[in-house]
Amino acid sequence: MGFENLLLGFQIAVTPFNLFVAVIGITLGTIIGVLPGLGGANGVAILLPLTFTMPPTSAIILLTSLYWGALFGGAITSILFNIPGEPWSVATTFDGYPLARQGQGGQALTAAFTSSFVGAFFSIVLITLFAPLLAEIALRFGPPEFFAIQLLTFSSFVGLGGGNPLKSVVSILLGFILGAVGLDIVTGQLRMTFGITDLMKGFDFIVAVIGLFGIGEILLSVEEGLTFGGAATGMNLRVVLQTWKILPRYARTFVRGSFIGFWMGFKPGGATPASFMSYAFAKRFSRHPERFGKGELEGVVAPETAAHAAGVAAMLPMITLGIPGSPTAAVMLGGLIIWGLQPGPLLFTEKPDFVWGLIASMYTGNIIGVLMVLAGVPFFAAILKIPFAILTPLIVVVCAIGAYAVHSSMIDVWYMLIFGVVGYVFKKLDYPLAPLVLALVLGDLAENALRQSLIMSQGSLGVFFTRPIACVITLVALFFLLMPILTPWWRRLRGLPPTSGAPAEA
Amino acid sequence: MTRTADLITAAVLLLIGAIVVSDSLRLGAGWGTDGPKSGFFPFWLGVLLLGVTIAIAIQAWRRGAGAPFVTRERLRPVLQVLWPATAMVLLTGGVSVGTVTVLPALGLYVSAAIYLAFYMRWVGHHRWITVLLVAVGIPVVTFLVFETWFLVPMPKGPLETWLGY
Repeated sequence: MGFENLLLGFQIAVTPFNLFVAVIGITLGTIIGVLPGLGGANGVAILLPLTFTMPPTSAIILLTSLYWGALFGGAITSILFNIPGEPWSVATTFDGYPLARQGQGGQALTAAFTSSFVGAFFSIVLITLFAPLLAEIALRFGPPEFFAIQLLTFSSFVGLGGGNPLKSVVSILLGFILGAVGLDIVTGQLRMTFGITDLMKGFDFIVAVIGLFGIGEILLSVEEGLTFGGAATGMNLRVVLQTWKILPRYARTFVRGSFIGFWMGFKPGGATPASFMSYAFAKRFSRHPERFGKGELEGVVAPETAAHAAGVAAMLPMITLGIPGSPTAAVMLGGLIIWGLQPGPLLFTEKPDFVWGLIASMYTGNIIGVLMVLAGVPFFAAILKIPFAILTPLIVVVCAIGAYAVHSSMIDVWYMLIFGVVGYVFKKLDYPLAPLVLALVLGDLAENALRQSLIMSQGSLGVFFTRPIACVITLVALFFLLMPILTPWWRRLRGLPPTSGAPAEA
Repeated sequence: MTRTADLITAAVLLLIGAIVVSDSLRLGAGWGTDGPKSGFFPFWLGVLLLGVTIAIAIQAWRRGAGAPFVTRERLRPVLQVLWPATAMVLLTGGVSVGTVTVLPALGLYVSAAIYLAFYMRWVGHHRWITVLLVAVGIPVVTFLVFETWFLVPMPKGPLETWLGY
């Protein structure tokens, strides 16, 4: 059954128009991934208004292709410029930049793109197999199960996100609070508007994404001073083919990275820890661990495989449960609602052409993507040669356009500026931004699930423990929530030194 | 100092928490006739926010002053982006006090052109010809993409009206 559906999906994804859309998406995505201050999430957010008039399947293909492109683009800056465009490309710089400095940039880039492709492909195959099963299970979920999953989503930010767990909690609460501003659709009452008409509409998360990630990031990078000392690319067909001949040697690293990536990836914030974990494992099992950090190809393969496997896996909870695993997935989820689709398990039965078109487009998008980036490296690297006095205002203008286009409203552009300053301050003080955005998106859903659960149980929180599925999920969520308290205690018990986790924001 | 910044942020968060809690109490944070009232969910969010923020403030207080949050010379480029951007947004929508127009509403394309030109010349010291090409070229391309190709309207001013849009 699954195979037939996938075939149907390919018939949708492999039309000239949709392939064209994928090429555009990947090109824009790679540019966005290369540019400082524009990541996948706000690239998708800015382009979202342009998709309102497109058929939903083409629209989602454009946005997902943009996401793949941004994932590929991150590797280019990490290797050639030692600038990790995204948090999960940090581990790629460890060996990628030394390789580029030694004149092996072409080899490193080829390895990075190929690993990304392998990791992504592995996750897509698993999504193809597991998404329908997960959706079928999710169809039996009631409000308590959905609320438990939301709890799990947010507690994994607290438990696995690294950084200060209290600050993660603040970000989550702030997102939910901003989400609650405006009309309460259940009772029809106005909340926290204080008689101001503009507040009645509430805060749109797309505007928040553009402000927090776009403007905030550009403020941070001008503060740090934009200087690009790039290494030569050294990319040509011969290097690509030679590298491909070496790569099968790292088969075990590929498999390990893919599994780590998928496993970490369908939980929020998973891509960054996955890339670090995969790098650490590769180093531990290597015959030459001393070469890591000085330009070992395996040190590029390991984090890239895991980061992309995780980036793709983040789509799984979005299409099956309607709960996004990353800010980028959250923006896409917002898109689904705008295009008139109801995200969640019902999508598989009601809109099979959309879901399977999307899944099939993941295959085609990644195949087109890896070929395009391999061929286009010199072009994409040249983007960073644009003077920053042009790039900076350009990014601000693009962000303003994106923010305005969401509701054709000037107040959103002001919100964007305010969110930009908040994003800058929060980033500097280590408040994670991803949970805030996710909470803002999921606010209404989470509140309704909680309300309905409490109505079912006449106000008792026991409803989350008496139903078996909800109970298991709630207990896992509580475990993650308590992890920051348990981990130091557990380490002390085993006589290990305390460690600080890797900063995560996937 | 980072500690000061942390404490100021915490103070703002406490204020937000207090506002949320008081507004939720106004709406009713308990159990209504048909389930939790409007203020139920925000009330607990606000209470949690107050609690966690107090914990963060105590943490920050104990940790010591730390490195400066931002130095004067590093703040300069940040403000160089922020003030002109604010001015661009002001120019886009215009400003009027009562019936008196303080700033005309130029629309997004014209303000973007001014903003690009200003920043490139002021911060980047680019040659006038480069400034002119980029500052006019980018808004024109954006106009074509948004207004004619994708039909997404942006705020427009007298220039676009004069051109017939």
